[in-house]
Amino acid sequence: MIQMVAAGLSCLGFIAVSAMFLIWLERKVSAWIQNRLGPMRTGFQGALQPVADTVKLLLKEDIAPQGIDTLSWWLAPFFVTVPSVMAFVTIPFSSRWIPRDLNVGLLYICSITSVCVLGIFMAGWGSNNKYSLLGGMRSAAQIISYEVPLLLSVLIVVMETGTLSMQGIVQAQHGLWFIAKPHLALAFLIYLISATAEVNRVPFDIPEAESELVAGYHTEYSGMKFAMFFVAEYTNVFIVSAVATTLFLGGWQGPFLPGVVWFLLKTYGVISFLMWMRWTLPRLRMDQMMSFAWKVLTTLALVNLLVSGWMMVR
Amino acid sequence: MLPDYLYIIFFLLLGVGFVGSALVVSWFLRPRAPSQAKSSPYECGEIIKGDSRVQFNVRYYLFALIFVIFDVEILFTMPWAIVFRQLGITAYFEMAAFILILAAGLFYAWKKGALEWQ
Repeated sequence: MIQMVAAGLSCLGFIAVSAMFLIWLERKVSAWIQNRLGPMRTGFQGALQPVADTVKLLLKEDIAPQGIDTLSWWLAPFFVTVPSVMAFVTIPFSSRWIPRDLNVGLLYICSITSVCVLGIFMAGWGSNNKYSLLGGMRSAAQIISYEVPLLLSVLIVVMETGTLSMQGIVQAQHGLWFIAKPHLALAFLIYLISATAEVNRVPFDIPEAESELVAGYHTEYSGMKFAMFFVAEYTNVFIVSAVATTLFLGGWQGPFLPGVVWFLLKTYGVISFLMWMRWTLPRLRMDQMMSFAWKVLTTLALVNLLVSGWMMVR
Repeated sequence: MLPDYLYIIFFLLLGVGFVGSALVVSWFLRPRAPSQAKSSPYECGEIIKGDSRVQFNVRYYLFALIFVIFDVEILFTMPWAIVFRQLGITAYFEMAAFILILAAGLFYAWKKGALEWQ
């Protein structure tokens, strides 16, 4: 009981700190890529900037536009943020540091993180704003489309290990990370592309394309509700990177350093790669994005599933 | 040992508490100065035209339908994926037939133009 409460509270603390760190890192990375300095005034290298932002958002007026759908307007921040907190139940930080090693862990993470799309659509529908509605619809269409190749590539890892438990998957990679095997390397590539689309990041950020939809589904949100969308966004980035680390990069396994250090190093490595992509690539068009998901990625993932199944059973 | 579901319920409550407390704290701290202009929905500063809840493009429903088929397929494949090494080659060919039928369906939808956006 005490263990559960301690695990839960430390996960919550980690989510808050990690989201703040990632917001700072994103601003710094974008600045370095664009050859400028980024936040410099608050603290060393602007390290306190996210704290200042949080205080500012706490003190901001909460504006609700006319004609909102009150229920979905209020529930949307919950539906977006709560699933990303719940996903932490079974993220293996090290061999001992996992709140609970569920025997359906991988399926649980995949299903609980896809609840987010409900919140995003509720935000889009509830805001009584054309930009928000468009952003919410696009986001829903995009997330469900990329869910299919994502799950198909995850299936290959399940076939390889024969377990859904996150710790079991990490232990199966003892000695050789899954990314070193060719069929799983392809699965990793498909997973990474789909995961980028799942968390609405460039090149798949059409739901919140600033230059055409202002901010998409959270255009009308302000103050703490907006902050919740932001926390959820960066927590989801952490979750997809942590799952990528667990499934393909050997999780917490590694020489010399303790497991949790290896896990965080790999996860933040994947996140840095996603940030690098975000500030380098242009945005895809809606029709290109949808046909890429269904015609290229899903087909590739199905072929990969059949071929790697044949290789394993042969 | 506590049951697994207790952890999930506890994290659910924790998440609700996290968002709820953030909203409550800001409710005590934030200023309130409502005005007519401020509460009109944002539309680049123009006076809004028409209803915001416009008609959806029917494409969204098509993609949603294809998604449901594939999502259920993946759920069916999940238990097979866990045990298929023990089941051997027969189970592999049975699942391959299932997946190929679905792939044929995807190909049909593709040729019918269900995957085109315009």
